[in-house]
Amino acid sequence: MNEPEQPLSLVLFSGTDDRLGAAAILATGAAAMGRPVNVFLQYWALDAFRRGKVTAWHGAAPEAGASGAGLVRTGQEGPRHWSELFRQAKDIGDVKIHACALSMELFEITTDDLDPLVDDVEGVAAFMSDATTGPITFI
Amino acid sequence: MTLTEIAITKTIDARGMACPGPLMTLIGAIRAGAVGDTFAVVSSDAGSRTDIPAWTAKAKHELVDVQPGDGYSTFIVRKAR
Repeated sequence: MNEPEQPLSLVLFSGTDDRLGAAAILATGAAAMGRPVNVFLQYWALDAFRRGKVTAWHGAAPEAGASGAGLVRTGQEGPRHWSELFRQAKDIGDVKIHACALSMELFEITTDDLDPLVDDVEGVAAFMSDATTGPITFI
Repeated sequence: MTLTEIAITKTIDARGMACPGPLMTLIGAIRAGAVGDTFAVVSSDAGSRTDIPAWTAKAKHELVDVQPGDGYSTFIVRKAR
């Protein structure tokens, strides 16, 4: 794994557990395969990363419906929770989780309010710089 | 090749673990192990069938064997570096 790899850059907007779970899987796979990962937390995703609130139930995306919500809940139990996947991804690879400065202001969140999984607060230009010329995925 | 012909350093029974759990467990074992250590990962996760060979090749370790079982597969991986 010596050759430089193109980073995976994920913008997380949605704060539902299924979308966060899907994002965590992508981050984990990229980290395992030696790609740097940059995660930018905006809006509801940032809200889900509040300290002490991470493992709370955040609901499912609208397409899940009532029956799908139960499936999402089961899929996020214990070690399968998205926060645990992000923790593992950080453990095995170069994974940085950034809080969007604007969303921090909008939600009146300070760095003390954030889960330790979040590395720092960044502006959008810094995130673009981290992403280099690689693709950016909005989830 | 059968299991008895390969000296296994450690067997990881990851059956029942969801994707990417078995791979993550293997990565942890490889990291903690010494060069030459051989791990057997038993997985019922369908993703492992593609993920463990892909990771092993990428991370430049050796996929010694894949042994199909009833509802699971056993992946023999040697730490090569």
